[in-house]
Amino acid sequence: MGEDTDATPTLNHHGFLPDHNYVTEADIISTVEFNHTGELLATGDKGGRVVIFQREPESQTEPFSQGEYNVYSTFQSHEPEFDYLKSLEIEEKINKIRWLPQQNAAHFLLSTNDKTVKLWKVSERDKRPEGYNLKDEEGRIKDLSTVTSLQVPVLKPVDLMVEVSPRRVFANAHTYHINSISVNSDYETYMSADDLRINLWHLDITDRSFNIVDIKPANMEDLTEVITAAEFHPHHCNLFVYSSSKGTLRLCDMREAALCDKHSKLFEEPEDPSAHSFFSEIISSVSDVKFSHSGRYLLTRDYLTAKVWDLNMESKPLETYQVHDYLRSKLCSLYENDCIFDKFECAWNGSDSVIMTGAYNNFFRMFDRNTKRDVTLEASRESSKPRAVLKPRRVCAAGGKRRKDDISVDSLDFTKKILHTAWHPTENIIAIAATNNLYIFQDKLSSEMH
Amino acid sequence: MSAITAMDVNVEAKRILAVSISKLYASRTQRGGLRLHRSLLLSLVMRSARDIYHSSRESEAPIAAAPEEPMDTSSRAEEQTQLPEPESEPQPVANGAEAASEVSDSREEESDGETTEDKENVSPTRQSRKRRGKASAAPDFLPSKRARLEPGEERYAAPLGSCRTMAGESLTTLSLNRVIPAF
Repeated sequence: MGEDTDATPTLNHHGFLPDHNYVTEADIISTVEFNHTGELLATGDKGGRVVIFQREPESQTEPFSQGEYNVYSTFQSHEPEFDYLKSLEIEEKINKIRWLPQQNAAHFLLSTNDKTVKLWKVSERDKRPEGYNLKDEEGRIKDLSTVTSLQVPVLKPVDLMVEVSPRRVFANAHTYHINSISVNSDYETYMSADDLRINLWHLDITDRSFNIVDIKPANMEDLTEVITAAEFHPHHCNLFVYSSSKGTLRLCDMREAALCDKHSKLFEEPEDPSAHSFFSEIISSVSDVKFSHSGRYLLTRDYLTAKVWDLNMESKPLETYQVHDYLRSKLCSLYENDCIFDKFECAWNGSDSVIMTGAYNNFFRMFDRNTKRDVTLEASRESSKPRAVLKPRRVCAAGGKRRKDDISVDSLDFTKKILHTAWHPTENIIAIAATNNLYIFQDKLSSEMH
Repeated sequence: MSAITAMDVNVEAKRILAVSISKLYASRTQRGGLRLHRSLLLSLVMRSARDIYHSSRESEAPIAAAPEEPMDTSSRAEEQTQLPEPESEPQPVANGAEAASEVSDSREEESDGETTEDKENVSPTRQSRKRRGKASAAPDFLPSKRARLEPGEERYAAPLGSCRTMAGESLTTLSLNRVIPAF
């Protein structure tokens, strides 16, 4: 299941000093997303840039070698802005990218920073018309006396150019920081969620959005929870889910009311009172929520666990996976070094049989829901030569029995965190963002789902 | 709970409180503005730590309650130094324009016409929520912090009895939830 994964050459995002530990903050990858076919992979970074990778078609000579991902286009999506009214700087960091399903030759994606969502059109140009009657090759108007005959302009092939243009800018709709965007299955609307509100937009209309969830209390001093993530159901365009900092999930139906403050379903696991600590609330905050491809399950990630919920059962999760339980006794130090606030994402594989999420020390974890087996892998240059097979890693308690290649909890590098991961929609290809580096791993055994 | 265990918990709680305060303070200067989620989590941790700190102190000195009943002005200054909020809150308040505009900005953001608590004019009945018990000197978990000027700022005379002491008093009784709108 994950043991025989190939490493493609690491794609160093923008690092100019690969041999040094110094990382430009602007190069830190903040989001990763495959498009619906998996042909394109988009990453956003703290500097507001988006880099799109395209998978090369499989070569004819080696039918079993999978295509590799190469840079297709790079563009600046968001710039830093300043809110003069509040004297606040608005970061250009890309929080999320979501692709629209492809409807014509061009590709469209939504990218968002803390305040503004933008729709980008990515199109190819590989031909251009030549042979105008009134203009010459450089575009200058011809002297009419030199035109003696009429010609029909012809399309001549040119080197492939990828053009990116902003088609829509959805601004000024969020007082708080946007944490999620999600495209609806109706392909006409999408939602954007901030800490306290969720807005519904039409993709063609930028000057207006509908507020569908508002959990802001009348008195801000009564604030007890915020929205941490939100997503539309993959098939039912009226359903969406949002997670909260209290660890609850709410499924809402837009047919019930215009304002979906009242949930249709509330998914909550009662807290274990014996496990209560100063930090219980922080570690129960859900950092990411994802519907399964089938739409039947929900995957959530909180600080120490990943949980699979059945939409039909609200009282407790179906499955709970311990991502790094060895950190439970270290919460105080993790609070001091701010790591406890890290927001890890999670992902499903195409068949919903395996879930994946990141951890520290550039480790990421995969859990097979059927076999109940799990594996810890590392995304690092040293362990990922091209075509190398990844070795499973193990973290053992300090002073515990150590095997070779095991790493003790105290040696974990907490500055190397894998917050953003993505899984190809149909094949066993995963994209892992480790600070400013992007790793793409492919399963060489087969490209079919097991 | 034995006295030693209570002491450990107390020390832990104090440490967490100190760390939380410095985080809250640092988050004011963070790029991108105040993060609501983070501030909320910080305030939740602070509240747990504060509750544990209070309950463990009360278990240490349960008898001293009665004679301290009505809080008089002489002990106000001392009370002010007991809880961590007064130490750091008066600083931003005393630092003048910068903090005041931030406070009013975040309140603007949230008020929408609703009345917000005026920190300076808290009703005196709230003082009954103050802890009785031995007033200690400056809490040992905090480095001694004095109001200092941010670069480029000017000192202005803060009227005694309004800014410092009143803010300190009212802040001891402030619920931690108010930390969020205060920033």
